[in-house]
Amino acid sequence: MTPVKNEPVLSIKDVSVFYGIIQGLHNVSFDVQKGEIVTLVGANGAGKSTTLRAISGLVKPKTGQINFKGENIVGVPAHDIVRKGLCQAPEGRGIFLNLSVAENMDLGAWAAPDKGAYQANMDKGFQLFPRLKERRKQLAGTLSGGEQQMLAIARALMSQPEVLLLDEPSLGLAPQIIEKIFEIITDINKSGVTILLVEQNALQALQIAHYGIVFETGMIKTHGKASELLRSDEIRKAYLGD
Amino acid sequence: MKNKKQNKNALNPTDPFCGFASLRWWLLAVAVVWVLNSILPDLMGPYYFQILILAGINVILAVSLNLVNGFTGQFSMGHAGFMSVGGYISAYITTQLIVSHPEIMNDAILGSAVFVGSLLLGGLGATCTGYLVGLPSLRLRGDYLAIVTLGFGEIIRVVFLNMDAVGGARGLSGIMQFSSFGWVFTLAIFTVFTVWRVVHSAQGRVLLSIREDEIAATAMGVNTTQGKVRAFAMGAFFAGVAGGLFAHYLTIMSPGTFDFNRSFEIIIMVVLGGMGSISGSVVAAVLLTSLKEALRPLQQLTGVDLRMVIYSLVLITMMLARPSGIFGTREIGDIYRDWRAGKAPKDAKKLKASTPSKGGAA
Ligand SMILES: Nc1ncnc2c1ncn2[C@@H]1O[C@H](COP(=O)(O)OP(=O)(O)OP(=O)(O)O)[C@@H](O)[C@H]1O
Ligand SMILES: [Mg+2]
Repeated sequence: MTPVKNEPVLSIKDVSVFYGIIQGLHNVSFDVQKGEIVTLVGANGAGKSTTLRAISGLVKPKTGQINFKGENIVGVPAHDIVRKGLCQAPEGRGIFLNLSVAENMDLGAWAAPDKGAYQANMDKGFQLFPRLKERRKQLAGTLSGGEQQMLAIARALMSQPEVLLLDEPSLGLAPQIIEKIFEIITDINKSGVTILLVEQNALQALQIAHYGIVFETGMIKTHGKASELLRSDEIRKAYLGD
Repeated sequence: MKNKKQNKNALNPTDPFCGFASLRWWLLAVAVVWVLNSILPDLMGPYYFQILILAGINVILAVSLNLVNGFTGQFSMGHAGFMSVGGYISAYITTQLIVSHPEIMNDAILGSAVFVGSLLLGGLGATCTGYLVGLPSLRLRGDYLAIVTLGFGEIIRVVFLNMDAVGGARGLSGIMQFSSFGWVFTLAIFTVFTVWRVVHSAQGRVLLSIREDEIAATAMGVNTTQGKVRAFAMGAFFAGVAGGLFAHYLTIMSPGTFDFNRSFEIIIMVVLGGMGSISGSVVAAVLLTSLKEALRPLQQLTGVDLRMVIYSLVLITMMLARPSGIFGTREIGDIYRDWRAGKAPKDAKKLKASTPSKGGAA
């Protein structure tokens, strides 16, 4: 496993998830160290989103533990997990299309522990994504795909998470925009937010991540430092298209 | 700075009707209602007056159902059921008291106080029923609510049908006619005001987020079940109050009045006006109540209940021509603002057009 620097902020132990009779995850275990970017990569249906859903409480694991800051959060309702400092920008962005950009961001602050920081968080979000500031009164449904993704991230940040879960932020975006989004993810991480990033785009994800976990059919196939995974021939062949 | 203020009172400051959301204007409206209360009945004649009162009651029903079906996006089909719960409770209270304490009920002020109290109790009874129905069904996603409320509406009707204390199939008669124009419209204004304030509050935005995307709302820390149940219970409260008003206007209550057709009628008002538009519900409630009365002679002539046929036709036409309803999710205030904005560029164009000609002259 990861070399023990200090207590991991998030620790997943033997987690199995079932959708009816279909098993989405098989005894998955991994740690996320504070301040890092950890990326989950793997093919379609490998169980990446399921892992994030289990962590954020959107599905309940059948077995196993999920420890966040030392507390097992399995069984805690999803809306309460946000209050503990763990926020997910869900797969498919989950933007409230008929609400304005500003209203979307307001809703992101719904579970913020410190209501006084509302304005500061809003400013921070607009600083990361100046485009959103220009479009604050616009309905979110009229934003482009890239802008909607930016809004999804900015909105999640409004809750001041310690750990931010991102599910395929690059989905359906043009290469330049993807690069921009990845840059911003790095910036967010540098400002002290731990990030768990699910990506199809394994090469780019591993380039910005500290640690990588490769999923295959609901199990962890391999894991390691992102730089090492990038060098591994096996990984390059299977996931990076070499 | 500006943004902070905006968040604090959570009302859209660009809405020109926003000022009307302050209590002062609504109190003024209530005062106007009571002035009209003393002159309208003579002015209008009983036929049009009756339509007006029924329209007022339907405004309460449609606006409160819109909170659930339009703003929160949960499809309830049992509004008539909640109406009957409120109606029976309040009518039961006043009919019992008229027997035991006629001196109280015949006193103008005390009688009205008891009446308003009975409306509130009816509303609360409907709220409790709303919790009972809503808690189990709103936990689940999807269309369970529609099915459960549909069933609830039928069950509650059969319960009243077999309840001897409220007259069973004969119904409850001898109810005093307390529901004056003044009371009906005071409560209609109160309903519109309350729902308006709720929808434009932070709590209301939570309801909108549930309608928009329940999973995303949950991921933002919104307790979606709680939000849905609250909206549902609040909708039931106003339906209960409307039921009480209805009972004290017709002076008889019979279980058959609150069948599925009644619920369907209210749903049509919401859909026709626009799911998520309070103005739309008000307009549609008035329109459809008038239409229903206008069709009454036709019904008597043919001996067939054509109303449902015509309602359905109205609905189908609407769905084809304007699927989001008359107002969509917009309010009168938004339309007024757009109209003004539409005028402004025209003025600007005029200005532009006149400038070069001026230059040409010089
Ligand atoms: N709601 C659901 N009901 C039933 N099965 C599901 C459900 N969601 C996911 N699964 C199954 O669980 C497995 C893992 O799915 P998951 O969404 O976690 O994959 P993923 O790694 O995120 O894939 P992708 O890259 O395509 O998003 C898949 O086999 C999928 O079919
Ligand atoms: Mg996925």
